[in-house]
Amino acid sequence: MEMPQPNSEILLKKAKVAAALRAVLPHDAVIDDPSETRAYECDALTAYRCPPMIAVLPSTTQQVSDVLKICHREGVPVVPRGSGTSLAGGALPTADCVILGVAKMSQVLETDYENRLIRVQSGRTNLSVSGAVEEEDFFYAPDPSSQLACAIAGNIAMNSGGAHCLKYGVTTNNLLGVTMVMMDGEIVEIGGGHLDSSGLDILGIICGSEGQLGVVTEATLRILPKPEGARPVMIAFDSNEVAGACVADIIKAGVLPVAIEFMDRPIIEICENFAKAGYPDCEALLIVEVEGSEAEIQDQLDRICRIAQKHNPVELRQSQSDTESAAIWLGRKSAFGAVGQVADYMCLDGTIPVSALPEVLRRIKELSEHYGLRVGNVFHAGDGNMHPLIMFDANKKGDLELCEAMGADVLRLCVEVGGCLTGEHGVGIEKRDLMENQYGAGDLEIQMAVKDVFDPGWLLNPAKVFPLSVSETRRA
Amino acid sequence: MSATIFPQDETALSAAILDAAGPLQILGGGTRSIGRILEGQKLSTAQLKGIVLYEPAALTLVAKTGTSIANIETELAAENQKLAFEPMDHRTLLGTQGTPTLGGVMAANVSGPRRIQVGAARDFALGVSFVDGSGQILKNGGRVMKNVTGYDLVKLMAGSWGTLGVLSEVALKVLPVSETQATLKIYVSSWAQAVACMSAALGTPFDVSGAATIQDTDGGLGVIIRVEGFEASIRYRIKELKTGLAKFGETEEVLNPWLEVRDLPSWASLDTVWKVSVRPTDALSVIATMQDLQKDVGFKCQLDWGGGLLWLGLDAKQLGDFPVGLQLHKVLQGAVGQLGGHATLMKSSILSGQDIPHFQPLSRMVEIVSQTLRSKFDPRGILNPGRMN
Repeated sequence: MEMPQPNSEILLKKAKVAAALRAVLPHDAVIDDPSETRAYECDALTAYRCPPMIAVLPSTTQQVSDVLKICHREGVPVVPRGSGTSLAGGALPTADCVILGVAKMSQVLETDYENRLIRVQSGRTNLSVSGAVEEEDFFYAPDPSSQLACAIAGNIAMNSGGAHCLKYGVTTNNLLGVTMVMMDGEIVEIGGGHLDSSGLDILGIICGSEGQLGVVTEATLRILPKPEGARPVMIAFDSNEVAGACVADIIKAGVLPVAIEFMDRPIIEICENFAKAGYPDCEALLIVEVEGSEAEIQDQLDRICRIAQKHNPVELRQSQSDTESAAIWLGRKSAFGAVGQVADYMCLDGTIPVSALPEVLRRIKELSEHYGLRVGNVFHAGDGNMHPLIMFDANKKGDLELCEAMGADVLRLCVEVGGCLTGEHGVGIEKRDLMENQYGAGDLEIQMAVKDVFDPGWLLNPAKVFPLSVSETRRA
Repeated sequence: MSATIFPQDETALSAAILDAAGPLQILGGGTRSIGRILEGQKLSTAQLKGIVLYEPAALTLVAKTGTSIANIETELAAENQKLAFEPMDHRTLLGTQGTPTLGGVMAANVSGPRRIQVGAARDFALGVSFVDGSGQILKNGGRVMKNVTGYDLVKLMAGSWGTLGVLSEVALKVLPVSETQATLKIYVSSWAQAVACMSAALGTPFDVSGAATIQDTDGGLGVIIRVEGFEASIRYRIKELKTGLAKFGETEEVLNPWLEVRDLPSWASLDTVWKVSVRPTDALSVIATMQDLQKDVGFKCQLDWGGGLLWLGLDAKQLGDFPVGLQLHKVLQGAVGQLGGHATLMKSSILSGQDIPHFQPLSRMVEIVSQTLRSKFDPRGILNPGRMN
């Protein structure tokens, strides 16, 4: 993956820029010692690393504004960073950039149960938003698997999803308003406690813009009352096709589970070896979770089991207790860790029409054989969001490149069957150079024109999302 | 003015925009006469018709924007599915003719009572094709449920009233029809009690899919709370809600009133109507402002979305003459603006068409960003110019 050459004129200004930043921030909020800036050299896409020129950790919206004014004046690129959990390299620095981390901005500013909303600083972690409203039995619905660590700022930048978005939607469906600082330091309020926009839906375009339009410092989020309870059923099948057909029948029957997770044989085996969750020997496994009162849960699970029985499952296990629920989820929730124990891996998140599932799994298997790399698939089956985990050996020369080539083929396949490159991780640098597979030149041009409106100098997170060759003239 | 142009396909739509010599007035079915409508060559998407793809098991439907909502709903009903955001039909309220289309619903981001639970029209749009002001055919998003590939122009196009481009095709997420619904009515003594009652209902785990307050003909206030799902579950939730909400007033189960809540048929004869969106508990402040302004003559009010959506209506006598009406409009938008929300003039015999902000004026920075965005999408400024002020 290529990154632009650092601008030597900016590197020469390092001391001047650091001094200007120290004048507006507390002393310990400016990091410019190379031994310390290394802490910000990568996010969760660890294959790519580059320490930034300077990292800053402001505590207030005004401080963010002051930082951006300085960088704007000096022409220094800024890479915003939440908690650094991006799997797409969204927070990967360049050597000539200032990393603007919002980690110190984690306060709850307002909780309003009557209106079912919370306002937080954007560095607050996803799970601690739910934690802040738990005492009143409320929660924040989007639940990316990194939710213990990931920040709301990053969730907004990537429009993050999670396992439960079949029912509750993704970040953009749960975001009511933001305070954002534009690259020139101007502070702007968009949305708030009300629904919908009177003018153009600016909030809708900010969510998912990968930190390229502004730095979100505060967010108003929708919170929901917790369901009375939730329980899963585990259904095992002897083919991916049959499991796919069962998912289709469940959805068509009008039951809307909160989650439908799909695992294929390689993943089932790796997870079972790792977590000993008691998964059966089978080709495909579904975990379907429903919510409600005890009686409602039972009613819905009965409906799902009746549908599943028609597809001759190898095994069908209805959870009868919290302990059994935990056992069913154990393997799935440890999937990434389990794969990490046996190999290095790359996790993709291309999304496909649910109907294309059997074909896509078959062709991923063919690609796996062609490249000689193992692949396991976990999958949010209700919404078509795949997670192929391609396993490789980082210590073996050429293996990473081989893995990336195979990953690109898998994503092209997702687009070919009517899907998209990324369902919830974002483009970042990882899928940047594949964008032309999904969009025509004009489609990319109009997106870049949107960035021109917010950040005419292309200083915010400039080398992401768009293929370098396509954004080159703007980044100059 | 020459006759309305009806392009038969995307290419013809592109050519019509490219060839336009002056401003274009963009129409779908022409049923939503909201905002300032300037004279201009009429361009209608009504002939861009047809469902392109429908996969019930994937909860996905793709259609050209001239396809009627009625046609889409019929196709969906055959598979026991629906447009969950429950788009309002504006014809009765606004006294318009024509056929509501998918394009119109998306361009105006039209939702109904279920918006409070499942989201707005914009939340159900998965992808769009459109023609920008230079005649380019563009696309964004796709047909899958989750998609973060590049910027989300789908949201930007939804609710842009044709000022950024003319929508030609939209991919939608659809949902299963619930087996049944039930509605509980609670007779409350004041607007404050009404808002508190709706908040309480929406704060329960019983998945409330509608929370509105209507004025009965005798002047009494009735909060209505809807739940949907399988019969056994509905019975359980209604029982729990009845117990929990009894402290707000007498409760009874009523026949399905939600079409009236959505389309306001009993408001058809009113002269002037505003639609206001605020934080739900701020509805009380808006009502207080109106009570103060209209203390001698009164006004009509309906709450939806738990109080977050207010409909305010006046007959011609209650509005008064133009200077009085204009003053009222300004004070209302000013008060709502202070609350961070927005008030839109939906119709008025003496205010509509005048050079006044029909939509809520935006903050300085948001206005600059909006205008600059429009100049990128429509450099000649020919697409519905001035429609959103």
